[in-house]
Parts: sequence; structure tokens; C-alpha cells
Amino acid sequence: MLSYTLRRINLFIITFVLLALVAFSLTHLGPGDALSHLVNTDGLGPGQIAALRAHYHLDDSLVVQFGYYLERIFSGDWGYSLSNGEAVLGVLMRTLPATLELIFSAMLVALVIGIPTGAFAAMYKRSATDYAVQGLAMVGYSIPIYWWALLLVLVFSLKLGWLPVSGRLSLVYEIPPKTGFLLVDIWLSKVPYRLEAMRDALAHLVMPTLVLATVPTAVVARLTRSSLREVLKKNYIRAARARGWSMWKVVRRHGLHNALVPVGRILGLQIAALLSGAIITESIFNWPGVGNYLINSIYSRDFPAIQGCLLLLSSFVILVSVLTDIIFTALDPLHRKRLHAEP
Amino acid sequence: MLVNRTLLLGLLGLLLGACSDGKSGLAHQGLVYCAEGSPETFNPQLVTSGTTVDATSNQLYDKLIDIDAKTGEVIPRLAVSWEMSPDGLRYSFQLRRGVQFHQTPYFTPSRDFDADDVIFSFRRQWDKNDPFHKVSGGEYPFFEAVGLGSLLHDIVRDNAHQVTFVLNRPDASFLANLATDYEVILSAEYGKQLLAQGLPGRIDTQPIGTGPFVFESYRKDSYIRYHAHPHYWDGKVAVNPLIFDITKRSSRRLAKLITGECDVTGLPLASEIGEIKKHPNLKLQSTPGLNVGFWAFNTERPPLNNPDVRHALALAIDKNTIMQAVFYGTGSAANTLLPESSWAYNDKIPPMKRDLDKARELMKKAGLQDGFNLDIWAMPVSRSYNPNARKMAELIQSDLAAIKVKVRIITYDWTNFRRRLAHGEHDSVLIGWSADNTDPDNFFSPTLSCAALAGGNNRANWCDPKFDTLLTKALLVQDRAQRKVYYQQAQAYLQEAMPVVPLAHGLRFSASQADVEGVTLRPFGGIGFAKARRTD
Repeated sequence: MLSYTLRRINLFIITFVLLALVAFSLTHLGPGDALSHLVNTDGLGPGQIAALRAHYHLDDSLVVQFGYYLERIFSGDWGYSLSNGEAVLGVLMRTLPATLELIFSAMLVALVIGIPTGAFAAMYKRSATDYAVQGLAMVGYSIPIYWWALLLVLVFSLKLGWLPVSGRLSLVYEIPPKTGFLLVDIWLSKVPYRLEAMRDALAHLVMPTLVLATVPTAVVARLTRSSLREVLKKNYIRAARARGWSMWKVVRRHGLHNALVPVGRILGLQIAALLSGAIITESIFNWPGVGNYLINSIYSRDFPAIQGCLLLLSSFVILVSVLTDIIFTALDPLHRKRLHAEP
Repeated sequence: MLVNRTLLLGLLGLLLGACSDGKSGLAHQGLVYCAEGSPETFNPQLVTSGTTVDATSNQLYDKLIDIDAKTGEVIPRLAVSWEMSPDGLRYSFQLRRGVQFHQTPYFTPSRDFDADDVIFSFRRQWDKNDPFHKVSGGEYPFFEAVGLGSLLHDIVRDNAHQVTFVLNRPDASFLANLATDYEVILSAEYGKQLLAQGLPGRIDTQPIGTGPFVFESYRKDSYIRYHAHPHYWDGKVAVNPLIFDITKRSSRRLAKLITGECDVTGLPLASEIGEIKKHPNLKLQSTPGLNVGFWAFNTERPPLNNPDVRHALALAIDKNTIMQAVFYGTGSAANTLLPESSWAYNDKIPPMKRDLDKARELMKKAGLQDGFNLDIWAMPVSRSYNPNARKMAELIQSDLAAIKVKVRIITYDWTNFRRRLAHGEHDSVLIGWSADNTDPDNFFSPTLSCAALAGGNNRANWCDPKFDTLLTKALLVQDRAQRKVYYQQAQAYLQEAMPVVPLAHGLRFSASQADVEGVTLRPFGGIGFAKARRTD
């Protein structure tokens, strides 16, 4: 297991360097002077420009420049936004929790809705429930999420006026940031309007969560269904049934536990899809996360910000898949053996 | 499963709780204004942009005097009374007592507002040796454009509560110019503190004023937070906090207004007015705008330096279609730069109708019968004088095809757009002007005078001594009838020279929740929340 873990971590490091290379190349592949992609050169004199070129080592070879780029990345200097001069890493650290909060609540919804419905479908196979679940999962899987989001906005915000259309919390409330996770921060804060703010934050969370949860819910339901059906065919299940256990009891005691391991692994790998979904969802609902920041930075051609977002998001994806791999391999020794092609 | 079921129930409970009406407590006390863009600075002296004026002038600061929106008369603000010397060269202002500056984590005032603050605020713009003059770029576009720089001779402190402005020559628009949203009063004491700290630039980013709201925090393209000034001299402020929610897309502002996320929204699109009227919980406020949308030609560039070509272009466009397709009945076609409601309006100028034959004739006269290539810059933001410049540009593009002029439409983000305009990089531009006060001079001097050219605000890059002379003459007399003659001549002259084609005067709109009252929307200048409150 140790060697397996080390190999995965090694893979992560190599991939990270490759990603950094891609991000680095953005500076040089864009139109115009490389320096103008790093800092706002408007109104700077030749002396200042020369100093900045020296600071970024722009007159050295590309390999050396990349070395310095990596050094800056690791020392926490991710550059400064061209549009407002904010430190990119600071903005990322502020926006990442918002994205994670959204992804986490979408995952939660996906599990809470996906697992029971999938299990139902597996237990009552080829029944109306089964077909309904499969049908809905198919729709959920294939629905374009921006369209789905707009539909929800139209109904729940504009027609019924129940839910807000954008943002994470009404700007009227001022919550001191501690962890960056808004719900936690509201909980920890001592403001007199805590409950009011909590309600407002939850209302803001509903639609983005539903939209982002749609695809993973469908995936979880389908996976649970097929995985549980496989498990239900096993001999130990038949034995339990023969002992007179009800279907419910069998599923609860043995079925789900065994069926959910592959579901967990696939979900870990779904993180990339979830993140790209989050980028769309965030920009539709103006959710102040990394995805929204990325889209806005692309609009304003803010290269340091784009670089930072890309590097953060993609390394996050790799990190999560490596971690999922390690965790589920530890949980499932059979899988580890398969990797080594052992008998 | 049990865990799942509890979770599910818990979540449902939370969601239902979240869905219930949230209009109580703090949300009810505060007010959210959905603004269309980020301010460039927190000092309106530095800009002419309406977005910045909206976010700063009436919220953070006060002026010496103001103009009554209904009567057009000058009314007291920080100055309680004033006197003009018989020769029109000295204006003495009696200052209000007991006016307190904002107290914030970065500044605690030790004294009330007095004469030093007035002198500080004007000296900064006027005196090139003032330590604050060069801070934040050293440009004061309004101050320069209306020629206050050359008009002022001295500002004298008579005593702590009286200031006298000494002028080089009489100027009938002087009071009106002081009453604009750009001539706000800053704190001299704060300036001194910042100088001592070596951080003079903060005066424009961490503002201190005497206005109804105190600056709290700002995040570009996201929000501005203000809280009520607890010691505001002009009555208690009912709204606290005041939030500017910066929402660039108009459709999103409308959606937020409908869901109640915004209490008030600025600049609804002309096409959205109908939708707003459909909602019983919303109300629309409109006021005839003292503004003009125009098409300015860069008169320094050939062939646009030829008045015949400019006339030909003006004759080739169809204003009626533009009014219908762009304004949807929220504006009126402009005949001169001045709106008809102005006392100096020249009603003898015949309306310009589309006349392609005449346009072609003029083009031929200029040797351009085969047409030429023309760039039209369309501003990326919506203004009441031009709700949709892009669409307008497209209409003009198809109109001009009839005289073989090939149009390329160009646009940049707003900051970039204006910077490039100021550098004169354009052929022609669809833009306009919102007046800062009711004085007719405000339509001409800031937009087309030679001083405006130097200030970078003259979009036509046009500097004509004859026109400037007319404007100067009009300012030298106090008699309104005589001034009117000069302004009418100026309008006739503009019609002849055609550096800009006046297109439309737009209504100013703001939409709000039906229970919000007291938001002031003036024909000139920005929006104000000092008297805003909820009625229920």
C-alpha cells in the first residue's frame, strides 16, 4: 500500500508540474508582450518596465523563466490581477471556500436523493419505480444545466418570487469571514441577525445546489442501482433471503454497504465534471466562487487571474482523484491486487 | 438509511425555512441599490462619470449649494446664504455651523466643518502647487471643462464661517457650477492627516465627507457598503446600511428587482419598462433628463474635418427609426444639444430629416461619391441619453450604406473606452452628456469648448474660436434675455458646423420596490438616498 501511495503522490507531482507548464505558457502564448500579461503596464516609464522585466526574468531563457515561475508559485506569489491589482492567491483563497461549499452541498443532495432512489430501483427491478428512476436519471444526466438553471430561475424566482437569483448572501448582512465557509461563518458569528442571515444564505444556496446536483444525482442513482443489483445476485444475499430476512433488511445490512464502494470511487472521479458544472452554475447564479472568478477573468483578459484559476482548479481535480484512489484502494484490497496484476 | 432519512428531513426543513418571507429585521432596515458599474474613485472631483457620481456625490458628500430640481433656483446646503458683489467678481458664502464629518476606523474628526474645508476642496483642483493637486492623476475634468480654473482669482477665508471666492471676470454660470455633483466638500483635517502619514492617495479611495452615509467597504465589481451617518446635519437617515450591489447586466438587475434582492435599481433598459409596469409590487420613477445623446465626429481626422461630410452623414441617418428601436418611447428626438425645456432652447432651428439626395450631393462635393470607411464607437454601457449604443450603431450602419459609407462598429469595456476616446483614437462615437445643472452653458462648455478639448472630454476634438467666443460672451452677462441670444446663436452655429449630431434627450428612470420612498432622482446629476425610507 505504501508503494502504491507513493506512486500516486509521484503522479500528482508530475501532473502538477505539467499543469504549471500549461499555465506558464499562457503568459507567452497570448497576443502582445509577455510583460503585459503579468502586470498592468499602463502609464509606466521605461525604467519601471525594465525593472519589472528583470523581476520576472523575462530576458532569460524559457526554462529559467519556468523555474522562477515555479518558485513564485510555491512561495505564494501567484501574481496580481490586471483588472484591480488584487493578489490572485488571496482572491482564490477567498473564493475557493464558496466553490467547495457549493460542491459539497451538491454532493450531499446527490447522495441523499441518489442512493435511496437507486436502491429502490434495484430492489423493485423492472417495476414502474425502476423505469421511472431510470428515466429520470437519464433526463438528469442529459439535461443542459444552463437551461435547467434558467428554468428554475424563471419559475422559483421570477414567477413565484421564493428564491433569490444571484449571490451567496444578501449584501445587507455583514458576516466576518473566519473559515470562508459561509454557513459555518454565520454559525460562528455573534451578529444579532444570525438566524435571519442563515435563512438568507440557505435560500441563496437552494437553486445553485439543485442545478449542480442534477448530474451527480443521476450518476449516483444509476450506479447505486446497477451496483446493488450485482450485489443482490450474490450467494450471501440469497442465503440471507433464504433465512427469511426481508428485502429491506438484506439491503440495509449487506447490500448497500457493499454496493456503495464502487459508487464512492466513481464519485471521486466525478469531481472534474462537478467542477466544470460548478463553473457554469456559479456564473449563472453569480455565486462568488472560483468558477465565477475564472469566467470574469476570461472576459477581462486578466491573465494572472486565469492562470491562477486554472492551476488551482486543475490541481484540485488531480488531488481529489489521487486521494479517492488511495482511500478506496485502501478500503478495497481486491482492487489493489488488480492494479498489480496479481492473481 | 436512518441517517439519510434524518438528513433529508433536516434539509427539507431548512429549505422550507429558507423559502419563507425574509423581509424583516436587518433586511428591512437596509437598502440595496443595484448599480450598473463600479465607481472609478470615491471622489467625484476626479471624473465626469455618472456611475461614480451616483456612488459618491449625494451619498458621501455635501456641496456648498444645490439647485432645486423643480424651480431651477439655487438653494442652500453647506452654505446657508451668499452674496454677490455688484461687479459680479466676489461671491461670499456664509457657512453652516455644526456640520460633522464622518467618523471611521481610519479618521476621527476633531472639529466641525468650516472655511478651511471649503478652501481645501477647491484649492486642490485649482492650485497646481497644492500638495493634493497631483494626487490620483491631477485631472479634474469638470473643473477644467467649465473653465473654473481660469475663472478663479482667489479663495479667501474671511473667518471660520465665511469664505469669499474672487473671480477674474464675471461668470453667470458660476453658482450653477458650484452646485454640481462634482464640487463636493472634502475634509481639510483628513487631508492633513493623510499628508502626515504619507498616504495622500487615500483621500480618493477611503473617503471622508459630511454626507448622509459613511463609507465602509468596497470590492470592485461586487459591492460598496455604507452605513448611515449618525450625526447628519440634514435630518436623520432612515436607511442603514446602504448597499450598492454592482450588477452590470441590466437583465440581472431587473431579475433582482423582481425577486426583491434589490430595493432600487438604476437605469432600467427602455425595453424593460413594460415588464416593470406589470409587477404591482414595483414602481417606476421617471424624470425628464437634462441630457443629450449625440454622435460626435472626430473633426481632426479627414474626411471628418470637412463640414460637408459631417452634414452628409447627419442627413443619411433616420432618427425616427432610432427613436423607436432604441428608446421605445423613453426619449424625444433632439434637435439641438439643448432640450426643449431649457430656457435657452432655439426653436427656430428646423428639424433635420433624412435626405439621401442631399447627402449624396454633399458627398460628391467632398469628392467622396464612392464612400469611405468609418469607425463608429458604441459605448458599452447604457445611459438614459442612449440606452443601447450598440443597436443604434447598427441602425446607423445600415443607414449609411445608402451613401456607400462602410461602417465598422467598435466597442471596449467602459474604462478602456473612455481612455481611448480621451486620446482621440476614434473616428466617431455614439455618446452623450448628462447635464450637471440647469444652466445652458453646461451643455456646451463641458462638451465642445476648447477647454473641454484640453480636459479630454471634447469627443469631437473640436475647438472653434467663434463658438468659444459666443460661450464666453454668454457667461459675461447676468441678464438672462441677453444670454439667451448668445446661446441661440451658439446652437445655430453648431447646426452649421455639425461637430456632433444631436440625437435624443432621454428620460431618466429608476425602478424600486413599491414600499420604498424618498429616493431622489434629479433631471441632472445622480441619485440620492438621504431621504429614502420604507413606508410599511
